[in-house]
Amino acid sequence: MSAHASHAPNRSGLWDYLTTVDHKKIAILYLIAGGIFFLAGGLEALLIRLQLMYPEIEFVGAKTFNELITMHGTTMIFLAVMPIIFALMNAIVPLQIGARDVAFPFVNALGFWLFFFGGVLLNTSWFLGGAPDAGWTSYTTLALNQYSGRGVDFYVLGLQIAGLGTLIGGINFLVTIINMRAPGMTFMRMPMFTWASFITSGLILFAFPAITVGLVLLMFDRLFGGNFFNPDAGGNVVIWEHLFWIFGHPEVYILILPAFGIISEVVSTFSRKRLFGYSSMVFATALIGFLGFMVWAHHMFTTGLGAIANTLFGLATMLIAVPTGIKIFNWLLTMWGGQIRFPTANLFAVGFIPTFTIGGMTGVMLAVPPADYQYHDSYFVVAHFHYVIVGGLVFGLFSGLYYWWPKMFGKMLNETIGKWNFWTFFIGFHLTFFPQHFLGLMGMPRRVFTYLKDQNLDMGNFISTIGAFGMTIGTILFLINVVVAAKSSKRAPADPWDGRSLEWAIPSPPPEYNFVQTPLVRGLDALWVEKMAGNKGMTPAEPIGDIHMPSPSFLPFLMSLGLFVAGYGFIYHNYVVVVIGVLATFACMFTRSVKDDPGYHIHEDELEEKGVKA
Amino acid sequence: MKGWQQYWRQFSLFALLALVLTGCGKDELSALKPSGPVAAMQFDLMKLSSAIMIGVFIVVMTIFTYVLIRYRKRPGQQGIPKQVEGNHALEILWTVIPFLLLIIMAIPTVTTGFALHKEYPKEEAVQVKVTAHQFWWEFEYPDLGVATAQDLVLPVGKKIQFVLSASDVKHAFWIPALGGKIDTNPGQENKMWLQADKAGIYYGKCAELCGASHALMDFKVEVMEQADFDTWVANMKGVQAKEPVTATSPLAAEGQQIFDKSCLGCHAVAGKGGKMGPNLTNFADRERVAGIKAHTPENIAEWLKDPQKIKPGNKMPNLNLDDTQVKALVEYMETLSVSEKK
Repeated sequence: MSAHASHAPNRSGLWDYLTTVDHKKIAILYLIAGGIFFLAGGLEALLIRLQLMYPEIEFVGAKTFNELITMHGTTMIFLAVMPIIFALMNAIVPLQIGARDVAFPFVNALGFWLFFFGGVLLNTSWFLGGAPDAGWTSYTTLALNQYSGRGVDFYVLGLQIAGLGTLIGGINFLVTIINMRAPGMTFMRMPMFTWASFITSGLILFAFPAITVGLVLLMFDRLFGGNFFNPDAGGNVVIWEHLFWIFGHPEVYILILPAFGIISEVVSTFSRKRLFGYSSMVFATALIGFLGFMVWAHHMFTTGLGAIANTLFGLATMLIAVPTGIKIFNWLLTMWGGQIRFPTANLFAVGFIPTFTIGGMTGVMLAVPPADYQYHDSYFVVAHFHYVIVGGLVFGLFSGLYYWWPKMFGKMLNETIGKWNFWTFFIGFHLTFFPQHFLGLMGMPRRVFTYLKDQNLDMGNFISTIGAFGMTIGTILFLINVVVAAKSSKRAPADPWDGRSLEWAIPSPPPEYNFVQTPLVRGLDALWVEKMAGNKGMTPAEPIGDIHMPSPSFLPFLMSLGLFVAGYGFIYHNYVVVVIGVLATFACMFTRSVKDDPGYHIHEDELEEKGVKA
Repeated sequence: MKGWQQYWRQFSLFALLALVLTGCGKDELSALKPSGPVAAMQFDLMKLSSAIMIGVFIVVMTIFTYVLIRYRKRPGQQGIPKQVEGNHALEILWTVIPFLLLIIMAIPTVTTGFALHKEYPKEEAVQVKVTAHQFWWEFEYPDLGVATAQDLVLPVGKKIQFVLSASDVKHAFWIPALGGKIDTNPGQENKMWLQADKAGIYYGKCAELCGASHALMDFKVEVMEQADFDTWVANMKGVQAKEPVTATSPLAAEGQQIFDKSCLGCHAVAGKGGKMGPNLTNFADRERVAGIKAHTPENIAEWLKDPQKIKPGNKMPNLNLDDTQVKALVEYMETLSVSEKK
């Protein structure tokens, strides 16, 4: 084995990042790409709110407005929050389970580049004749050729490529968490964030094939006259809705479960207490994941499924309130009797609790089908899912970023700016979305580019737009904070928060091999157990030795580039380009299959030279 | 302490209910001001579920506030807090209580759900066939033999059984003050019943994204006393059985000529014309132009000059009419009435 041992390929700067298979660098790539898409989606949101600031104004116009809402939804769900979740999973999960890497480092890089190129493809639609405009749900028949432009082709191809990336990313984390845990790290000793990532990955495994099937059918309808969804030719429009939501509902939990995991870590660390009811938290997470698959039709109560289907799906949806309630009370009781500190990470976590509770409450209200006939497709729904996705997920992500930033980058984020960031974002958020509950009940449908003057909708919309400015300021403050942190010369300590789990046992940022010696895990909150036993760090489970590392590779980039090119071929019906793109991808796959690449070793003496110890 | 808390809970509950009950929205539009039994049943469910949820929220917020104040880290605090694994009694408690609350909500959910899905035959309800188009509404009364567009006319206090579909893309039919909402799926039929308890005008909307002018796909519901409704039906039937009336003034006659040449291909008037666009038999009686603009000659003229400007993406072409032609057309169209009111 050691016959293959060679030195690490010397790569730096951009080339390093284009070829890296290191999960910590891939995390940074995910964060940068997801962050840029987040800003794009945020800009779209701001334009939407400006158009709706006053009744009957002409700012962006009807067609552009529909493009904006479509791209805002699609970008935020697929290209912003998902990748930022993947960023945190990549950065933290291997560290939390005491692993040196993920199970398939090459696949990990491939997953990122597929997501990246899918997202870029989708966004180039803005410059190539118009973005998709059929809503992020792309309901047929509106999303068929007869009723919408080429933008929807970008949606179909972009999401297929990005979705592949997400799917293989999810599989990678399932395998990593099952196979790569350090000795002693049983399932019931895994930190909650790892648990949440594990269940989220399972949901990805089962949910993404559904959207892929739907997108392929839609692609056949649009490109080859497939008529799956065209009622004039015997197609069925409701099938698309089922396929979309069989994916789309679990997707909501794919997004929110990691946020739950982050909140559990942060609340526990900053209360200096172990998580209250850990086993019921694990059980609740799994149950939410399971129920998430059973309730997709609650997005379709008004489609005409009938009283029996609606009632059953409604009652099943209500049940999700029970495990979610367990989580909320467990967080409260984790803080109970603790010593709570309030750095920005915990402010976001604490702010999450009431906000997410409101989102959950309106969720239960929406689960009552007869009442949902009034809420559905109104601003009440817009308010609800923003309370869950922004008030839950984005708060969770901010909390996680403030919490793990020192671990990822070796620099602390500034606390003063952080607090301003929290308060502007928090107040702006509630100002934006709380009035929307009432707007919806007062008769405002969602996805309207304007509303008429004499309908008493002016005030709520005006307040909502003002709130959007608050959220914008909050986001800008975060960006400023990132720059300030990057410029500061102060290095973050290994364990700045008095942490409890394994990632705090190694330096910030971690060396490329994570742990010099794989740690021995002796209980839940592995590092805390050692601290309480009076140890300085983790007890090693193995002697110091050579560490095997995977080689970097440019193939994931090229492979994804091939599909990116093929995507344009499909969109413009140029099948020569399709063949070139697909062949490039296959050539890369072939190269990967036949080329023997055993990786390299970092030698024992090099480890000691760097002076890093576990 | 306990008594004070209870008062506070009741107070905030009533404050919020008062806000919901009195504050919000325009009578003709708001789901918070139900004007018929369907909307009333839905509103009752909203009140029940929000009351329960607000109760839960108050409990969460009480514990939350207490914890944040009582257990924040104080300067000079020493030692490590007790590491609590969990508490089975508490965990069972907050599993069982939500279950009970959900059962309280589930019972009326089931009963109302089935009540709203009842189908009424023509002996018990006025049958109305709704077809949604980009971006207008077509209403047919198959048993009464009349058809209209944009303005839905209903008798007060009677059940209306709707049968809904769409001709192009998916839309959703929503009259918040009377009850909400059902999708109109192309190629399929959905059913819903509504009833209005007060005469007057209500606002209806399309709730499903259906293209550029989705936001402008409004319609009006004119609810009249039974006798007025019967007269309206009789008048409509009378007019729709005949050829379009010959215009009364020379200007209107000129308008009719233009109309017969350029518009009749798509729009029906009385017993003649196409079905591509809205039926214009009772155009002059309508509450709004294009469903959104006040019914004035100026607005009609504006529409005729450039329909895309008012409703982007609609299917009516720009006929490039000059001002005199527009004036003549407006004059003629304002004679298209079935009632004596206007």
